[in-house]
Amino acid sequence: MRVNVTVNGESRRADNVWEGESLLYVLRERLGLPGSKNACEQGECGSCTVYLDGVPACACLVAAGQAEGREVVTVEGLASGDDLDPVQESFVEQGAVQCGFCTPGLLVAAHDLIERVPDPSDVEIREALAGNLCRCTGYEKILDAVRDAAAKKAVR
Amino acid sequence: MSAPARSPQELHDTIAGGIGESPLRPDGTLKVRGEFAYSSDLWHEDMLWGATLRSPHPHARIVRLDVSRALAQPGVHAVLTHEDVPGENVYGLKYQDTPALAADLVRYQGEPIAILAADHPEIARQALKEIVVEYDVLEPITDPERAAHDATLPKLHPGGNLVRHQRIVKGDPAATADVVVSGVYEIGMQDQAFLGPESGLAVPAEDGGVDLYLATQWLHVDQRQTAKALGLPVDKVRLTLSGVGGAFGGREDLSMQIHSCMLALRTGRPVKMSYNRLESFFGHVHRHPAKMYYEHGATKDGKLVYVRAKMYFDGGAYASKTPVVVGNGTTLSVGPYDVPNAHIEGWGVYTNNPTCGAMRGLGAVQPTYAYESQMDKLAAALDMDPAELRIRNALSEGSTVVTGQVVDFPAPVAELVQRVRDLPLPPEPAGERDIRELPGGASNTTHGEGVVRGVGYGVTIKNISYAEGLDDYSTARVRLEVLGGEAVAMVHTAAAEVGQGLVTLQQQIARTELGLTRVSVHPADTSVGDAGSSSASRQTYVTGGAVRNACRAVAEAVYARLGVSAEGMSLTGGKVVAADGEVVADLAELLGDAAIEETREFHHRPTYPLDPETGQGDAHVQYGFSAHRAVVDVDLDLGLVKVVQLDCAQDVGKAMNPDAVVAQIQGGSAQGLGLAVMEEILVKDGKVRNPSFTDYLIPTILDMPPMRVDVLERPDPHAPYGVRGVGEPPTISATPAIANAIRAATGLELPRVPIRPEHITGV
Ligand code: FES
Ligand code: FES
Repeated sequence: MRVNVTVNGESRRADNVWEGESLLYVLRERLGLPGSKNACEQGECGSCTVYLDGVPACACLVAAGQAEGREVVTVEGLASGDDLDPVQESFVEQGAVQCGFCTPGLLVAAHDLIERVPDPSDVEIREALAGNLCRCTGYEKILDAVRDAAAKKAVR
Repeated sequence: MSAPARSPQELHDTIAGGIGESPLRPDGTLKVRGEFAYSSDLWHEDMLWGATLRSPHPHARIVRLDVSRALAQPGVHAVLTHEDVPGENVYGLKYQDTPALAADLVRYQGEPIAILAADHPEIARQALKEIVVEYDVLEPITDPERAAHDATLPKLHPGGNLVRHQRIVKGDPAATADVVVSGVYEIGMQDQAFLGPESGLAVPAEDGGVDLYLATQWLHVDQRQTAKALGLPVDKVRLTLSGVGGAFGGREDLSMQIHSCMLALRTGRPVKMSYNRLESFFGHVHRHPAKMYYEHGATKDGKLVYVRAKMYFDGGAYASKTPVVVGNGTTLSVGPYDVPNAHIEGWGVYTNNPTCGAMRGLGAVQPTYAYESQMDKLAAALDMDPAELRIRNALSEGSTVVTGQVVDFPAPVAELVQRVRDLPLPPEPAGERDIRELPGGASNTTHGEGVVRGVGYGVTIKNISYAEGLDDYSTARVRLEVLGGEAVAMVHTAAAEVGQGLVTLQQQIARTELGLTRVSVHPADTSVGDAGSSSASRQTYVTGGAVRNACRAVAEAVYARLGVSAEGMSLTGGKVVAADGEVVADLAELLGDAAIEETREFHHRPTYPLDPETGQGDAHVQYGFSAHRAVVDVDLDLGLVKVVQLDCAQDVGKAMNPDAVVAQIQGGSAQGLGLAVMEEILVKDGKVRNPSFTDYLIPTILDMPPMRVDVLERPDPHAPYGVRGVGEPPTISATPAIANAIRAATGLELPRVPIRPEHITGV
């Protein structure tokens, strides 16, 4: 089948898509956007989190066909040109990135949290990111990064 | 054929900072933009997808294997079995006992039997189902203690079912004491659960060789094993590290290396293999489960008199790192304590359980859980404060460990315990509590009634680097040249950046040694000498040492080119500076078009094998120490545990990058917490019951409490810059701290981790 989807503001088309392919596979292998990660492909780790029509979703759980005509924003779409989004900046600056495999999914989830709750409490951050596993950091620096990003956004 | 379109990147990001500072990672920006090329992101025009057929049985004889139907599927380009292995169908890290593809016997559930390459991953998956395998299913051997002693069991390997037995005898092994405590402790099978799947891309080369881009911990050991199976000279199998999504020991053994290369060589096309999570659980080795019998004897005033222990490590189907686990387990068996008399025995065995090998804290995690449980039991028997008992028996510089080796470097164990004890405790809960902060969180059904609090300690000793006589070394190449009118350095090693921050550290060392800002890091590959493994907390020590040596050789070459004696000279701010501060030359001018490049190795001081009978010997090059204090809330009705606070004090010798050190301690502690209360691969009759992230639980951000980290720097005079390995100790001491805190809260014995709700409620 053919799938038409707007990705990071651009309309894209994927041909010869198999019925069983996920949005994650289409993004990574057909559209050349490997930023969203394939850690579990079962909806358990959050590494593949993207915005689907403005709402965070696990791209591995979305069938490619379900994305037809919809709007997707991936981690590749968070920065504008050379300018990183504050949440991206803060993850680098606060040392929240180690191996970085969880990072793209966490960035989308954290970006969404700060959009909804500009000044989140620690409990709110923890609840919002509970679906994103990170095996490297122990999460302390991720908390630091989200707090820092929220503060940065408040200033801008 | 060319390099893949998405391939490993050179890291140029210039973020100033030398040794002791905390510059940011040079790969950070690539990672947050989603542009960093992990091994599962690799892509080549014209590439095929590889897939693996695995045994559903833990123990079986293969009676028939027929791949013809699979090969006939449209879109399938090759289907290979053990008969197609071009070289020797056997590999292994310590013992060569693992077939690349099973020939007649399968020894664990998930053992690879056949591989194939197809146009699309789904075609590959469907074609696997067309491979016919007939099995004669055999009774699995699953009890490690029986495997160690029962000679009537079938032999899984020609040499029997024993991988290694090690005895350690110190002082009077039959010593007696006033106060004696004993216990039997068990530890479940933990998984590394790195997020980036096993994956790689093999590209056939014109010279009949193959280029493999992959995620691993040790390029050269993979290269040697892969070349042997492929029947190729080592230099025709070239490996390049791509982005690694965590490792923690789980990438030390081969997974898709030989398979992807076999398929690429057979089809003449690039072949990508990438495991899904289910396959990942079968495709890598896990942490050894163990059963340990311990007896501690002490004087009435709390001085340890003796330790006696027997420990059984379940190695599963193949040896992997089991010999090392037995070596580490026995030599570290009494912990960071001064013990005059000891009698220790350790066995590592083959069974039909999943193969176990390296995981963070290798061989030290198991005994630490046991002896730290014993220390609390002893403290209770003596009516003594548990921290005080540990301080009273702490090892220090000049002590003799259980193998007779004298600790000839700082060992501030007592200080670590004191410091972690002195960190502020969280406020005692009072009044109505936010349900989200109670055990079980928002899904809790109570409101804090029946919730009790406990505090516990865990202290550990871990050997750093490879031991028992192995020549453990690393190689670095450093090039100094002029780019854009500025002197810049490039560091090239084969050392694997697995997330720990080695790339940052390489830059810091080069900046400090060469007195310049711009340092790039070349992708790690096998075109430079061996760097050894990114494991055993050794990479900063050993590769750090090699980068230092190469930089110093480059500096020497600079002085030689200038025709001055190196005496008193230094490189600072892109200039050559004399002892009196006078600028002798500008580095960029001096270099001109002629770059300087030097390659150097670093070997740490020698270690020695253990005496097979007494276990005496200077087996280890260095020890790391850490201490944790855990505070937990336990819901006695539901058996739920909330770790309220987890604090750590660790000696790192020299904090090369203080922020990264703290981050390693936090991340390591999370893995220790996982083992204490949730992480276990459940194996029944040799079969894995929970190979998914739905059922194998790793700590989320809700499970990890706030942490205080207190970093000590007591330089090791024998180590480059005084460093002490950092990565493993925090994983090890976190687990017993939490277990002891849960015991303190509940008064229960709890002789097994992970501690599950049913262990607490007793139902
Ligand atoms: S890859 Fe989609 S949730 Fe894990
Ligand atoms: S940084 Fe490695 S999984 Fe989060």
